[in-house]
Amino acid sequence: MSIEILDPVAEVIDNAPANRRLPKLGFLGWLSVAVIAIALFFAIFGPMLAPYDPTLSNLSYSNVGPIAGHPLGFDDQGRDVLSRLMAGARTTIFGAAFVSLIAIFVGTTLALLTAWFGGKTDTFISAALDVLFAFPGILLAVVAAAVFGPSLLSAGLALSIAYSPYVARVLRGAALKERAMTYISALEVQGFGALRLTVRHLLPNISALIVAQGTILFGFAMVDLAAISFLGLGVQSPNADWGVMVSEGKTSLLQGYPLVSLSAVFCIVSVVAAVSFLGDRLESSSRGGNR
Amino acid sequence: MSESDIVLSVSGLRKVFGTQVAVDDMNFELPAGKSLAIVGESGSGKTTVARMIVGLEKPTAGTIIACGRDRSKPSRKGAERKLRGREVQIVFQDPYSSLDPRQTGADLVDEVLRVHHGGSSADRAKRVADLAALVGLDQRQMNAMPKALSGGQRQRVAIARALATDPRVLILDESVAALDVSIQAQVLNVLADIRDQQGISYVLISHDLAVVRQLTDEALVMQRGVVVERGVTSELLDNPQHPYTKLLRASVPGPGWTPQRARERAAAV
Repeated sequence: MSIEILDPVAEVIDNAPANRRLPKLGFLGWLSVAVIAIALFFAIFGPMLAPYDPTLSNLSYSNVGPIAGHPLGFDDQGRDVLSRLMAGARTTIFGAAFVSLIAIFVGTTLALLTAWFGGKTDTFISAALDVLFAFPGILLAVVAAAVFGPSLLSAGLALSIAYSPYVARVLRGAALKERAMTYISALEVQGFGALRLTVRHLLPNISALIVAQGTILFGFAMVDLAAISFLGLGVQSPNADWGVMVSEGKTSLLQGYPLVSLSAVFCIVSVVAAVSFLGDRLESSSRGGNR
Repeated sequence: MSESDIVLSVSGLRKVFGTQVAVDDMNFELPAGKSLAIVGESGSGKTTVARMIVGLEKPTAGTIIACGRDRSKPSRKGAERKLRGREVQIVFQDPYSSLDPRQTGADLVDEVLRVHHGGSSADRAKRVADLAALVGLDQRQMNAMPKALSGGQRQRVAIARALATDPRVLILDESVAALDVSIQAQVLNVLADIRDQQGISYVLISHDLAVVRQLTDEALVMQRGVVVERGVTSELLDNPQHPYTKLLRASVPGPGWTPQRARERAAAV
């Protein structure tokens, strides 16, 4: 009888690269990828591809339903809804991405600073964050609109600032935990500098959480930006934006033509759901067995 | 013995956490090529001593001099920190948290070499291969992520990292305590071989008297932050004088060991 020698190391190594290239997403995961890809495509090319001018109004078509060449019909001012959806993808998606990227950048930086230096730095930053927590994002955006005038930029910056403390708080915990690992101590003993240790070693090991936070924030940002535009403090009409469309659609909705608001809401919900779901999948697949 | 033969000298070392005195008035000198054990139960302050020597903890009082350089105060200069890193290195207890989960052993050692010496990637690759051979890891293991390695293999990677810059002193903080007995023996053999080849000095922090006997020339026994007994390792273990040392010895399970007898022996000392 022959003895088979099992070599667990070899098996794991052989599987590792394949696992890294293609995380297991499942059907819903790939569906999310597809939705995000389509959304990104329209965010980049939408305004150029729109079949009609999204701001051209023709009141004789006011609230006309789907007809040939206009599959989603017209809004109350007689503008082509499909064209407005395609053109509006840009501000809606890039706006939300801008907000979550800035919030993630600021929040991560603050979290790394507190975790690395601890002591007084930690106390000071944490106290400052507690103050910021008191301001709801929308309120801050309203204030920013009052001070700088209503625009997507001021609303986006206000939201980024309002979101940063949430990111910082979650990541601070993770960074502190990672900071206490002895591999960091060992490299400190080697004389590695703070920058190298935090950026090259600490940061990559909390990256899964950063991605997860980013996707959650993207969802929040998209909904909040839409709400701000709905209030008339973000993207200004007649420019197309999904949030603005929901807002403008409410008059059509009251007159019995729900398609304008519903189509914009459908776009917002599908993109937010896809991003959140994908972030969740990516986080759990990268968490599975790092150690 | 002349001054220059002392690679590590600790005098009047003291560490206080709040109101708790973790280490009090510790003194020892470690000659080049010799090894010293610091023995004691959990909480006796031995790990705090190790952390102070490598600069992870700031001493409340006392001086630590390694290779003629004072390291009692933390250094603000990067160059000084690296210099200290090339003199004294440490291997920690837990092999599961002491490696970056996203870095292979080869990349890790390469990064340490790059930070300290720069040099061409071919030179570094050669040094990485030498170190791998020294600690007994093959190329495949060096190129594996830590999660694909066993505890003993990870600890070998940690030893390779510590040895990368040829330190004069290596602190082994319970470095084999988390390993299986057979793996422990392998790693101890690797450490003994390295000492014979490189003339490096060890400070072995341990509660395991068998390990201490195998690897060290001299030993200190710590109890609640204070050194209660010191001497040549074999004599100290064969003929302990202080009651605490006797208790430590009596607590080691041996042939015919039962909890009942251990209690009786402990009561007898």
